[in-house]
Amino acid sequence: MNKLFISPSPHVYEDTTVKRLMFDVVIALLPALVFSIYFFGMGAIIVTLTAVVSCIAFEWLIQKFILKQEPSITDGSALVTGILLAFNVPSNLPIWIIIIGSLVAIGVGKMSFGGLGNNPFNPALVGRVFMLISFPVQMTSWPIPGVTRFTNWLKPISAADLDAVTGATPLGIIGNNVGKVLEKIDVATGDTLRHTVTIQDIYNGQVVINEEVVKTFDQVPEYASQLLGNIGGSIGEISAIALLIGFAYLLIRKVITWHIPVSIIGSVFLFAGVLHLINPEYYIAPEFHLLTGGLLLGAIFMATDYVTSPMSVKGIWVYGIGIGLITVSIRVFGVYPEGVSFAILIMNAFVPLINMYIKPKRFGEEVKNGQ
Amino acid sequence: MLKTFPKGGVHPAEGKYSANSVIEKLSLPKTVSIPIAQHIGAPSKAIVAKGDKVKVGDKIAESTGFVSANIHSSVSGTVVKVDKVLDSTGYKRPCVIIDVEGDEWNESIDRSIELKKEISLTDKEIIQRINESGIVGLGGATFPSHVKLSVPDGKKIDVLIINGVECEPYLTSDHRLMLEKAKEMLVGIQIIMKALSVNLALIGIENNKPDAISHLQNLVKDYPGVEVHALKVQYPQGGEKQLIKALINREVPSGALPLNVGAVVHNVGTAFAVYEAVQKNKPLFERIVTLTGKSVKKPSNFMVRIGTPVTELIEAAGGLPEDTGKVINGGPMMGKALNSLEVPVVKGTSGILIMPVVLSARKKESDCIRCAKCVSVCPQGLEPFLLNKLAQLGKNDKLETNAVMDCIECGSCSYTCPAGLPLLDYIRLGKSKVSQIIRSRKQ
Amino acid sequence: MSTTILFTVISLSAIGSIAAIILYFVAQKFKVYEDPRIDQVEEILPAANCGGCGYPGCRGFAEAMVKADDLSPFYCPVGGNETMTQAAEILGKAVEAKDPLVAVIRCSGSPEHRKRVNTYDGASTCVIVSGLYSGETGCQYGCHGLGDCVDVCDFEAIYMDEETGLPVVIDDNCTACGACVKECPNDIIELRKKNKKDRKIFVSCVNIDKGGIAKKACEVACIGCKACVKVCAYDAITVENFLAYIDPNLCKLCRKCVDVCPTNSILEINFPPRKVKVEATETVETKKVETPVGPTGENEKKENDNNIINQEG
Repeated sequence: MNKLFISPSPHVYEDTTVKRLMFDVVIALLPALVFSIYFFGMGAIIVTLTAVVSCIAFEWLIQKFILKQEPSITDGSALVTGILLAFNVPSNLPIWIIIIGSLVAIGVGKMSFGGLGNNPFNPALVGRVFMLISFPVQMTSWPIPGVTRFTNWLKPISAADLDAVTGATPLGIIGNNVGKVLEKIDVATGDTLRHTVTIQDIYNGQVVINEEVVKTFDQVPEYASQLLGNIGGSIGEISAIALLIGFAYLLIRKVITWHIPVSIIGSVFLFAGVLHLINPEYYIAPEFHLLTGGLLLGAIFMATDYVTSPMSVKGIWVYGIGIGLITVSIRVFGVYPEGVSFAILIMNAFVPLINMYIKPKRFGEEVKNGQ
Repeated sequence: MLKTFPKGGVHPAEGKYSANSVIEKLSLPKTVSIPIAQHIGAPSKAIVAKGDKVKVGDKIAESTGFVSANIHSSVSGTVVKVDKVLDSTGYKRPCVIIDVEGDEWNESIDRSIELKKEISLTDKEIIQRINESGIVGLGGATFPSHVKLSVPDGKKIDVLIINGVECEPYLTSDHRLMLEKAKEMLVGIQIIMKALSVNLALIGIENNKPDAISHLQNLVKDYPGVEVHALKVQYPQGGEKQLIKALINREVPSGALPLNVGAVVHNVGTAFAVYEAVQKNKPLFERIVTLTGKSVKKPSNFMVRIGTPVTELIEAAGGLPEDTGKVINGGPMMGKALNSLEVPVVKGTSGILIMPVVLSARKKESDCIRCAKCVSVCPQGLEPFLLNKLAQLGKNDKLETNAVMDCIECGSCSYTCPAGLPLLDYIRLGKSKVSQIIRSRKQ
Repeated sequence: MSTTILFTVISLSAIGSIAAIILYFVAQKFKVYEDPRIDQVEEILPAANCGGCGYPGCRGFAEAMVKADDLSPFYCPVGGNETMTQAAEILGKAVEAKDPLVAVIRCSGSPEHRKRVNTYDGASTCVIVSGLYSGETGCQYGCHGLGDCVDVCDFEAIYMDEETGLPVVIDDNCTACGACVKECPNDIIELRKKNKKDRKIFVSCVNIDKGGIAKKACEVACIGCKACVKVCAYDAITVENFLAYIDPNLCKLCRKCVDVCPTNSILEINFPPRKVKVEATETVETKKVETPVGPTGENEKKENDNNIINQEG
């Protein structure tokens, strides 16, 4: 007779593994990649591939030669980090910058804390913020969708090229202009005429003072373009539809729960909505906040990173609302037009604290206290 | 919307292969070894010695306290010895070993099969009879039943809950019982209602047993006060606290018993045993055992005498399959893997599950990715990942403040962990250490 | 420019001085008097912080020793008698020399002798197996072989022998801190006297089942036959619950019990090979696996006696 296996209960297991979860995330990210390739062409493929390959390579090298561990690249987490890192940068980013970003994401963001499961911050966002601060020009030069699709990506990007093929993101148009005071000296009277730029001015495309155009703005894309992804922005963030398809897939496969995305999107909508109601001239409508920038990408794929999000549902609400409030605050009051990355990183830092003080509701607990 | 408990839970593959197998009487084995500690509480004391002749239903071990139970002989024959034998715990425990000779029953047992509906005994007498008959909780916990029926002064019970949930995958013994012995079980429920003097009994059955639900719903019309409720399939709904929450939406306080919220929970098998003990004067010496598994030739439900070796059941179901990995006493979620097939069937054996190697092997362990799946499936609202870590580090004080003692060991956390971590293994370890500390503090 | 530097220097110096003065007074106010001897004693302790003395770390041990009037309950197993004498000198107290101890593994149940009947597939820790099962073998008392003792050892004094699946103590590294003794869920590890040349004789079994059952589970189990008790001239061996125990304080290392044990459960370690008499019977020779064995020769016996004398002196 064979030897019987013995082990403590339970004796059956769900077929979910870390690998399967990671590859589900990859599958959920594919629609966004497809849309991005359609709008940005080769650049999107090149940047994504480079980021993926270098993330996996750096993880393998660090584990093999520095940490002397069994390399664990097959679990797919480096793949996810690579894709997310690429999704957070413009599609015309020079290759050497994305390689440096990958090194920071994997080396500093992940492996220096002990690898998968131990990093307090989302590695892809660590890499992204590092690149944003170190290479601000390249990181904020957004290719105009459809224009750079077939340009020669090997050629180094010069300043002239940048101007020719890049435009602003919708958030950039709003964030960099609304509230600015324009001055014009009236020739006839010698008075200085002042005008504060409003949302309506931006939609008009120009500011007219005293019948003279003093400033023109890039056209703000319509909501349909924002939904589809025909807007300037990072590789993965442009198409709201693609991201929502990915979200649906993750929900169906039970990879994530709805709590984090809904809490973030809900709080952004509410906070931005309140501001819009207070003064619609200076604060743009909340739905604009939802569809532009990295909000959906961040809420669905970055904030839901298992390692750096809270464990309890109550904690998740605190975390999600925190991200929402910080995002809107940075977008509306800060110098950067976009703030999702910073908001997620800031709330990542609070996750250990949230886990320590916000516990799930225990069965029978309330009754006990009530007695 | 079907009722269920609100938080956590998992839904493992059901695998109820033996759901349509009619209960068969298993032929008598050559020898039985009857452990004298088959219940939670003080072990009983053997009152027979080598060479004694016993009949079916004779008392062979006496309870040694309030939380303890009598043990009766399940066969007629000669006591060979009283010795330590390997039982389903994996340890050698004292057993009464009896060589079977014929099948002679104690004269006081009413062997007629007709249903006896009139309850002639008073509530005190009922509890006395249940105590005398050695009835314990047959759902698997084996808590002596008369203790649950003896309500302390000052407590008021207003509802009896009958557990027909059978949330463990694979097992079908309660399911078959509800189909084949429904009337007897319902009389048993009324006996328990009389003993507790309550007017309401709720039978909770998971929705994956529609035949049992409709069968009982037809029958309960004749039994006033008994109601049948279908429940959403969700493990571990058979846990006392979860079942009470699901059926009457009362939450048993942490560390307290169901009677603190005015409820008493009994298994359907216990109700049937109560009927036989009270109406037929038949002590608990046989029970329904499911023998099942994916590769088992003939998944069956057997009526088995206590003390029968597990091998006899396996033979009757077509032998041990080639690809056997684990043989589990109980269900796959909370059952115990047997380390020998010679162990006897005891009062708490609701099923013997034979798992193929591929299904029973543990997942390869990797690092915790803090996915919080364990937190979301824990029906008790605990944080298994944290308890696991604390138990590994031996931080018993922190374990206690994080409510490790509330763990019901349902195994949902280990089941769901994508990293394949043995969460429950360590939590159980931490729990036993903390309970030692609590006990020593009380002294 | 220069004024900025000047202001910076002046203001920083001012802040620094004020902070220094505050810190000085605070330090004076909250100064705690500590016996300087605590530091001195801690200095000579091995700084292993292993807890083998029963105190939390070396400093805790030093504090307790300084406070105590009598040093006899204190012993640092890592530093040994030398350290204890030094500590006693510092404190001006006397200390008795204690026999150094070493950990021994009281189980010989390698797969060869103790058949594996099950395969354990749970968390890889002895303490979990022992809480649930008798382990992979028929013997519930013996070594589970999952290496909790190796993990807990601070001195790299235990390793798992891959062939036998049993832990092996490296006597030279073992400081007898007792961590493994506490860790082992089956209480297999015992601290025994470290005799001259590390010679040890002990019953390598903790099985308290009846002889027959024990023997069935493991060929080298102690079956409680009392043959060793009869042959022992020093009354050092007792049998309780079918298990023999050799009292290290009474044992004179004569090795007679080793020969008579029918299951080879008594081990002799670090003894020189015995001189085999010409008429040595085959059965005796095949019994012993580890060391060549023969009946005790006269010369050997004298040597042993000498050892004993040396030790006592």
